[in-house]
Amino acid sequence: MTDTPETYSAAAEVSFVRKRRTRWERIWLALKKAPVSAWFGMVVVGIYVIVAVFAPLIAPYGEAEIFPVPNAPWGAEHVFGTDQIGRDVFSRLIYGARNTMGIALATTVLSFLIGGSLGLIAAINRGWLDQLISRGVDVLMAIPSLIFALMLLSIFGSSVPSLIMIIAVLDSTRVFRLTRAVAVNVAVMDYVEAARLRGEGLGWVMRREILPNIMPPMVAEFGLRFSFVFLTIAALSFLGVGIQPPTADWGSMVRENASLIQFAQYDLKAGLTPLLPAGAIALLTVAVNFIVDWFLHKTSGLRDEH
Amino acid sequence: MSTDKRQGRKGDVLLEMRDVRIEGFSDERWHPIIKGVDLTLKRGEVMGLIGESGAGKSTLGKAAMGYAQPGCRICGGSIVFDGIDLIKAGEAEKRKLWGTRIAYVAQSAAASFNPAHRLIDQTVESATRMGLRPDADSRNDAVQLFRALKLPSPETIGQRYPHQVSGGQLQRVMTAMAMSPRPDLIIFDEPTTALDVTTQVDVLAAMREIVETFHTAAIYITHDLAVVAQMADFIKVLRYGEEVEEAPTRKMLDAPEKPYTRSLWSVRSLAKPEEKGDDIILSIDHVDAAYGKHKVLHDVTITVPRGKTVAVVGESGSGKSTTARVITGLLPPMAGKVVFDGQPLPPALAGRSKDQLRRIQMIYQMADTAMNPRQTVEEIIGRPLEFYLGLSGARREARVSELLKMIELDDSFMDRLPSELSGGQKQRICIARALAAEPELIICDEVTSALDQIVQEGILKLLLRLQKDLGITYIFITHDIATVKAISDEIVVMFQGKVVEQGLKSTILEPPYPDYTQLLLSSVPEMDPDWLTRLLAARESSANPPARK
Amino acid sequence: MHPILATILKRLGLGVVTLTIVSAIIFSSISMLPGDFGQAVLGQAATKETVAAFRKELGLDKPAVVRYFEWIGGVAQGDLGTSFSGRASSGVDRSRPVAQLIAPRLQNTLFLAGVTAAIAVPLALFLGLTAALYRNSLYDRSVNAFTLTTIATPEFFVAYVLILLLGSLWPVFPSLANVDASTPLGERLYRVALPALTLTLVIVAHMMRMTRAAIINLLASPYIEMARLKGASQSEIILKHALPNAWAPIATVIAFNLAYLVIGVVVVEVVFVYPGVGQLMVDAVTTRDIPVVQGCALIFAATYILLNLIADIIGIVTNPRLLHPR
Repeated sequence: MTDTPETYSAAAEVSFVRKRRTRWERIWLALKKAPVSAWFGMVVVGIYVIVAVFAPLIAPYGEAEIFPVPNAPWGAEHVFGTDQIGRDVFSRLIYGARNTMGIALATTVLSFLIGGSLGLIAAINRGWLDQLISRGVDVLMAIPSLIFALMLLSIFGSSVPSLIMIIAVLDSTRVFRLTRAVAVNVAVMDYVEAARLRGEGLGWVMRREILPNIMPPMVAEFGLRFSFVFLTIAALSFLGVGIQPPTADWGSMVRENASLIQFAQYDLKAGLTPLLPAGAIALLTVAVNFIVDWFLHKTSGLRDEH
Repeated sequence: MSTDKRQGRKGDVLLEMRDVRIEGFSDERWHPIIKGVDLTLKRGEVMGLIGESGAGKSTLGKAAMGYAQPGCRICGGSIVFDGIDLIKAGEAEKRKLWGTRIAYVAQSAAASFNPAHRLIDQTVESATRMGLRPDADSRNDAVQLFRALKLPSPETIGQRYPHQVSGGQLQRVMTAMAMSPRPDLIIFDEPTTALDVTTQVDVLAAMREIVETFHTAAIYITHDLAVVAQMADFIKVLRYGEEVEEAPTRKMLDAPEKPYTRSLWSVRSLAKPEEKGDDIILSIDHVDAAYGKHKVLHDVTITVPRGKTVAVVGESGSGKSTTARVITGLLPPMAGKVVFDGQPLPPALAGRSKDQLRRIQMIYQMADTAMNPRQTVEEIIGRPLEFYLGLSGARREARVSELLKMIELDDSFMDRLPSELSGGQKQRICIARALAAEPELIICDEVTSALDQIVQEGILKLLLRLQKDLGITYIFITHDIATVKAISDEIVVMFQGKVVEQGLKSTILEPPYPDYTQLLLSSVPEMDPDWLTRLLAARESSANPPARK
Repeated sequence: MHPILATILKRLGLGVVTLTIVSAIIFSSISMLPGDFGQAVLGQAATKETVAAFRKELGLDKPAVVRYFEWIGGVAQGDLGTSFSGRASSGVDRSRPVAQLIAPRLQNTLFLAGVTAAIAVPLALFLGLTAALYRNSLYDRSVNAFTLTTIATPEFFVAYVLILLLGSLWPVFPSLANVDASTPLGERLYRVALPALTLTLVIVAHMMRMTRAAIINLLASPYIEMARLKGASQSEIILKHALPNAWAPIATVIAFNLAYLVIGVVVVEVVFVYPGVGQLMVDAVTTRDIPVVQGCALIFAATYILLNLIADIIGIVTNPRLLHPR
């Protein structure tokens, strides 16, 4: 049993002091304790990134190089055979990583720039501006985003820039909702009020008081939104209204090779061909989700279930 | 109300806990919460279980039922209730006891009643489930209990839903719910902590009376020694999951053995000699203020003398915090003005100059949320130095170091994060941050109410010393009369958005009082086991009971 | 007026306003078309006069507000305009009304969604509830890992895996779900087996996770602990104390997922070449047949808004605070 000393000292009061560690030490420690699923996710994402960056060095053939034999079987020359007009499936898979991931990444970044900044402004302002943006977002979210995207694509046509713009704007509504929600929670904190009472400007309050405190959920959301955007773009490409040929991308590759699945009884490998790009998509989103799950578990209990 | 015949006689041991150990799971490992506590309770006895936050008193209270809340486990010792070993007993066996022979009264009645069912149905639920008596009898009995607990319209209040009655009434209904099956033991878990003092008195009186009527044994858990003194036959003090001491109530109050126990009412021994001040630094002049359409301040006029402390006292909803928001400019008033040092202050924050902002600083109740968790102590204290006074680099660091000394901390705290500070240290850093601006007036909003008693005393002493050394003026917002006695020169009493009275401490705290001040002051529990009895007798005899909320 | 009625009316009003704005957005999309659109639809050979006549028929010469009211008036009477396809530079008009194109396909889509919902909703609620009750058990963890994987997987991947396994390697079900008005019910069910199974897998994963979260959230309420401490058994806690408060969250979960179903249906219809609204919309997008796209978008959006409206109203009528005002 511990008795309080008669002379009270504030400095001696019990408190819990963390050991000083550099950022890298902390990251390494966290990684060492990460579960298998998170490690799996990180390895997969790492490999994807390497493949995407060094695609021209890894791919045996060009992205749109056409060979004389269409639908060639798997073999030494073409690891995963050729597609319906004679392009090397393996090479297209590798280039697809670059195109699909690159476009999804650009879209997600853009959607965070739009949704994140509007969300922060709305959370701090809480006045008519907040009302205006929030109601606008409500209406946009009342239209299912895939349907909205289909409609807009039919008007603006399917090009990569319009694809990025349309998906980014539609997706930014969700980023806005989350940013606003977490930022409002931080904005009502006394330390934000204290900063305002001190006379700090809006920029300081946003950058120094709010932003550092909403980073964990935002980083996690970035992962989730990326996989969602990635899936949406893949779905649109699969439907034939996303990334257009001859650009290699996984969604359209599934569509192009879909008919091969009927031959699975005769040649299982041929039947598996359309599943390769589909599987590549699934593997990446599963990997990202595993990482996000672990990250959320580490930083807080905050996980949106959709 | 029929007094049930019970098996045991008064004086038999009802509950026997030996070397109880409980662990809680957090940060992916088990931590001890209760480290081997013994407890013996006889039939008809009321035990007070007292301790500060984190002492494990609530966990121990639930363990007396054989219950460990999710994330906790009872990992050692024995708990025997009337011959039944609750640690060995299975869920089904414990369920037969819970709600019928051992009942529980929770802190937050509003959250602990099921919103979907009528109060009466929840009151008789346990008795009816166990088939103790016909359902209709239970319902009649519940009405009797409501009446005994002095609930308004006892016949019909049971037909209401939880959200339709007030917090104080709900707490009494919960006591009726606990009493309905005539249990042998009731666990009261901080039942009045969430209530205002004037409401607390009525609830305490009702609970005490009904426990006495039925000779029910009870464990009364609280952090407030004065409250427990009214309720308990004997008191056990807990700290860090261990027993500090146990003694009959009177003995505990008159001659506590351990220094820690004495420290529990140390704030009450602080008293600052009052000083009158004539040099007015701040005056609030006929201020009306509203949140939207909801008017919360009505014609508030307060004057604050330089270098003195004005305590603003009132219950929740009295408008005392709103007054602070008006002074700081967060809530521009609808009418009236705030004059600081002879100059009227611009009503809104945006209109005030940096220097005007610097001269009035604020300290918050929850030090936890008043500091950015991502900034170090040096950044937190250094920012006002940089912002108002333009200090940077080595000069800034030197000044932060000086300020840390002033609040009795040292340089080793410089690069700590708020999460690495204790509650009292956090509040000290907040004081240093306010001091950094070299203010003339500091508004302290309930700055000690979230702290443990001994830490409160340290903070109050620090504030008094700083006032003496630096001549700072304080506006001290609080609901706690002991704190008021400890620190104030003048007192402002507020009620429902109006100022009831303002004056020197000695004039306010001495009779004659206006009605509300009388009610407020008399409702503050005193460190005297007879206080409640005396108060009730006095109120009974007075022909005109004071007006209540 | 009873506060419940007032709240419901308010919510209904909000729904109508939302629908109006959404329809206005969908409508105004046509004004965003590039100027040479008429030429593109009718082909390069079209004469200036035909193009002008086409523009006039679209009403592009009238102010937008007038056109909107004409359009929405038509929609109210079931007239969604006329498809672009079938028009030719010759000026001969073989185009069909959009409503006629959509109607039979809408039936098919509703049939597929209905079959899926009939399987998925009870299954997901059961899985979610049991996972919440046996939290952190092996059962809970395996269901969780499985659903997390399914959620992250694109619908077409699930669809093709099912086709590969059940359509091609072990041909139990047909991998093309071609039905028409004359297909009898039994046959119809057999043909939609794979698309319905695909959708079920995806929906169940989402819905189960949300149900689990909602129930766990509910069971953490202080009044549930109080019920335990009053000696209530597990079944009493669930049925008497948790369930009356669970309607609103459960309704929200179901509505959210049925709305999700509406979108998921698009991809699945294309995979299985199922003649539904989704496939029609995708075809129309490819050919830039704007009136058809608008019609489909309006139907999808209206369904979506309606489902959310129903969930909110269920939430309102089961809220004791509104049912029994102070």
